[in-house]
This record gives sequence, C-alpha cells and structure tokens, in this order.
Amino acid sequence: MTSVTLDKAGPSRKTKVGSMSRDRKWAMRWSYVFLTLFAIFFLFPPIYMFITSLKESAEISAATNPWWVYNPTLSNYIELLTSSQFLTFFKNSALVSIFVVIITMLISIPAAFALARMRFWGSATLATGVFLTYLIPDTLLFIPLFKMFATFAQWTGIELINHWWVLIIVYPTLTVPFCTWIMIGYFASIPKELDEAAIVDGASWMQTLLRIFVPVALPGIIAATIFAFTVSWAQFLYPLAFTSSVDQQVLPTGIITTLIKGDVFNWGQIMTGALLGAAPPLIIYAFLMDYYISGLTAGATKG
Amino acid sequence: MAEVTLRKVVKRYDDVEAVRGIDLDIPDHEFVVLVGPSGCGKSTTLRMIAGLEDISDGEIMIGGDVVNDVPPKDRDIAMVFQNYALYPHMTVAENMSFGLRLKHYPKAEIKQRVTEAARMLDITDLIDRKPKQLSGGQRQRVAMGRAIVRNPKVFLFDEPLSNLDAKLRVQMRIEIKKVHQKVRTTTVYVTHDQVEAMTLADRVVVMNHGRIEQIGPPNELYHRPATKFVAGFIGSPAMNFIPCRIEESGGLLQVCVGDTIALPIPPDRTARYRAIPRDTKLLLGLRPEHLVDAQSNPSATFQPFDATPDVVEPMGMETFVYFPLDGAQLCGRINPGIDAKAGAPLRLAVDLNHMHLLNETTGQVL
Repeated sequence: MTSVTLDKAGPSRKTKVGSMSRDRKWAMRWSYVFLTLFAIFFLFPPIYMFITSLKESAEISAATNPWWVYNPTLSNYIELLTSSQFLTFFKNSALVSIFVVIITMLISIPAAFALARMRFWGSATLATGVFLTYLIPDTLLFIPLFKMFATFAQWTGIELINHWWVLIIVYPTLTVPFCTWIMIGYFASIPKELDEAAIVDGASWMQTLLRIFVPVALPGIIAATIFAFTVSWAQFLYPLAFTSSVDQQVLPTGIITTLIKGDVFNWGQIMTGALLGAAPPLIIYAFLMDYYISGLTAGATKG
Repeated sequence: MAEVTLRKVVKRYDDVEAVRGIDLDIPDHEFVVLVGPSGCGKSTTLRMIAGLEDISDGEIMIGGDVVNDVPPKDRDIAMVFQNYALYPHMTVAENMSFGLRLKHYPKAEIKQRVTEAARMLDITDLIDRKPKQLSGGQRQRVAMGRAIVRNPKVFLFDEPLSNLDAKLRVQMRIEIKKVHQKVRTTTVYVTHDQVEAMTLADRVVVMNHGRIEQIGPPNELYHRPATKFVAGFIGSPAMNFIPCRIEESGGLLQVCVGDTIALPIPPDRTARYRAIPRDTKLLLGLRPEHLVDAQSNPSATFQPFDATPDVVEPMGMETFVYFPLDGAQLCGRINPGIDAKAGAPLRLAVDLNHMHLLNETTGQVL
C-alpha cells in the first residue's frame, strides 16, 4: 500500500521539478546566445580600433586582411603619448570632466534632496521642470549659448569663447538636470522614517543630507557621477562650437582636428587616440562599479 | 523628563480634519498609550508631539513650554518608529550614539551611555554589527537604545511592535515595560493593538475619528467604558451588543431580549435604569466572560437561557462559543470541560452584575 502511494507521488513530483529546471535551462541558454551576440556586436568597433592602432599607415591602406596585424608596432602609441598636443587635449578633457563632475554633484545632490524631501510650495512642479530641461537637445542650445557668450563678452569684455574652461560652465547645463532627476528618484526611495529619525535625533537638514542621505544614496550618487563624467568626457558638439585653438581643445575634437589634415586621415593615430581616450571612463567604470552596489539600505527598515 | 499637554489640538489636511481638537494631560513619568483603529488620528497626534507634523490649531506643551513652533531637534524627544529607521551604514553603536555625537557630547560619556543602554537591552554583543546583520527584534532593541541613550524628556513610540511576529511582540512588550520601569521617562505610545495598550499603559487614550473617546487606566476602560466604541474596541473577543428593552413587571425592572428572554436587573442598577425613557433604543452590552455555561455557574446571580452555538472555538484554558440571539451574533466563554458542539443546544447563563446598557442612538453607556 505504502509503496504504491510512493510510486504515485514520485513521478508527479519529478515531472514538475524536471519541467521547471528544463525551462530555466532553456532560458539560460537563450540568454547566453543573445548576450554573446550583443557582446560580439558591441566589441566589434573597439577590437577593430585596437587592431588598427597596432598597424603602420602603409599596412592600414594596403589591401590585406583588416582583422590581422602582419607587422605589429607601438609607434602610434609612442607618437601620441609623446606629442604635447595630445597630452594637452588629455589634460583639458580631464580638468573639464573633473570640474564638471564636482560642480554637478555640488548642485544636484542638494537640489535633489530639497526636491525629494523638503516639502515646499511648487517642489513637484520644479522637479518636473528639472527633467523637462534635460529633454531639450543640446543641438538646439549651442547657438543661443554662443550668442549669450558673445553678448556677455560685449558687456563685460570677458571672452568666454575659445577657452577650454568655458566647457566647465556649459556642460553642467546637460549634466545637472539629469543627475538631479535620477537622484530625486534615488532619494525618494530612501524610507522617510530615516530622515525623520535623524531630525528627531537632533540633525539639521544639512546634517541629515551629509551624514545620512549621502552615505545611504551612494550607489545613486555613483551612477550620477559616472553619467556626468561620461557626458563631459565624450561631448563633441559643444567643444567643437566653443573652442577652436589647438591648445584649448579637448580629446574628442582635438583628435579629429589635428589627426585629419585636409583629406588625409591618419587612421592609426586616430584609432590609438580614440582607444586612449576611452580608457579613463573604462577605468572609472571598473573602479566605481565595485562600490556601485544596490541594497545599501538593507537593514534600515523592515524589509 | 517632563509632562506633555495638548490643548485643543487640531490637524487639518486640506478639507479633512484628522485630529479634531483634542485635550490631553500627561504627567511626568506616565506611560500613556494612544489606541484606536486605522485613521483615528493617533499617529498624527504623536507626530505632532514629535514636531514631524505642523499643528493646524491648538497648543502642545512639553515641560510647560509651548513647542508649536519648536523644531523636532530642539524638543528633546526621542522616537521609536514602526519600521525601526536605523541608519543602515552605521554600526549599532554608531546608530545609538548618533544623537549624542551631533550634540558634541564627550566621547567617554557617549561610550558610557551606549554601553549602559546596550546592557539594559541585552544587545552588548551586537554593538559592532550593522543593522542588516540583525533580526527584527534586535533592530527594534537598537531603535529603543538610540532613544534611551539620549535621556530625553519624552519617549514617543509609533507602533514599534507591529512588524514583529506574535511571540517576539510579547517579549518586546515586556522589555518596553521593564525599560520604562527603570528610566521612568514620560512615554507616549501609539498602537492599534488593544492588548498592547492594556498591558503597557498607565492610562489608555482611546481615539476614534480624530477625537478622544475616553481616557483612563486599562481596567477602568475595560469595566466602565463610556461609549459603545470603547466598549467594543477594548477586550478580545469584543463585547456583545444585543438590542433590548426595559420593562417593569410587578415592580421588578427587567431587561428583555426578544419575546422569550426577560432578565431581572440587579438591584444596585434599578434606580439608574428606571430613569431611562421607555422609548430609548437600547443595547445590552455583555462581555463574553459574562455569558457562560449554566452547568459550571449554578449561582443565583447567573440567569440561565438556552442557545445553539454555530461555532465552537476551544482555546485550551477556555472555550468560546458563538451563537445567534434575536438577530445578534454573540460570543460566550465556557468552561473547556463542557462538551459543546456546533448545532447542539447548550444551556448558558448570563451575569447581569457586569451588564452595560447603551443608548443605541448616541452610543453612550448609560
């Protein structure tokens, strides 16, 4: 009797578990197929850049297999890294990006905290307004900005155009709205009782922000930092519009303007420059990703 | 430590009045529990005392000072939240000392206070852990520790045990009572659980629809409720309410339920009940423990009647029986030794010495 019951229960349970694990196995297989396809698709350009950066100009223009390096050389890297122009572009880009990240964070964090937590008249409208400003494309803004800077120079005699530091003023118009918006969302997800507890404990708004919100919202702040850095590092249109002298240029425009002479493209150095230019954001991603962990609020409240 | 006074306190959200002009005096050292159903205004009242909600009208005083416009940080209060609200990036010790560090207390004093509070709450071993490494009960202890170390004028508890399981809730209830007996800080405690209110409070404040229904010690509320709401809210299972009328027959005042049951009113109540106008719609209020089995209670004070339970709930030390009577569903408590069965007739008895007579229209206990 007992054995019959067991036999009956056995196969039905097996089928259920088996079918669930088979579904999961297939889901995993498809996930890997698509992930591999995406990885190949997105790694194609950097791999091509890397291969090309190891070639001499003659080999690049020769009708050989473009995916193979017959005479590998580091000459492109050596030339670029010893060229004062490239180092100037690199320095300008680094300074602009670092300052833009600092300015963005100094504005966005308090703004997001105020909009997310300090209830005041019109705060919800303001929060939406912040996001709406981000929706305006920068291609529409650079002409009025150019005109504004020209007018500013007429009134004050201070020339903003054709200085690398003008980008420190301009880029936050792109980074601040988006960073504020994503941090409003992040701050809003922090339990309200946490700031109420801090306030009852005797903290001021500023202390609540700095000692509770900033540490707790660190993953969100890191996400915003990565965004602000990437935007500043990779922005092309504004430096093209606002800087023209070689010593005032940043990497994206500097590489294009100095390595393309007329209709002569120095592909080896262009690819090397682009690769070297992509390195800092990659390093920053890799470094910050270790800290970019969700669930930092674990344990704060019942969860 | 200090007394807390509320004078005609009102809280309005646009057109909705959440708290409707309440008056409350809490003397120094007292443990007061605000209890009531969801939306009765108890948490709003607590948050107004804390300063986390503005007051629309009236006055709140802590230690004799009006604090209407004083920010929470300057009210010298400590609050324990329902969901603990621990700072997740700080250790237990850092959580507990946060308030003291903000006020720049000397390090030695901070350490001494934290150690003492940790010992009181039995969390000394957890002092270096982060909140995520703690269980729910431990987290709530830390939240209490954070309040205790500050030695505030007033403790405020906002449903601190609601997130804990039943067993832990009982344990923590005892812990809270012990802590209060040690520190004697004036405490305002909010809960929707009437058992918590009864067991913890020196005085219970029953709230309903933004108003205070009744204030009193737990036993007074239980035995002498002022309104139908209080009578029904305090006690589990709840008090039975049976439509009834008063009749006088041969000089004897009786409470009649339907056409078949007429029970003599105890002599000490006759004068009071005789004055009630005969056209008043009345409810007879009886707690389950006063509706018992006739077999175990043969004394003359118990008036027997017959009923047929439709549900029998054996609880071990007692058995609850649920039965219909004249359109009302009643609950009685019988001796667990009685073999009561659903659908089988049962001889019950009622103890009218503990009866309540309520005006059905006004809800007042007469």
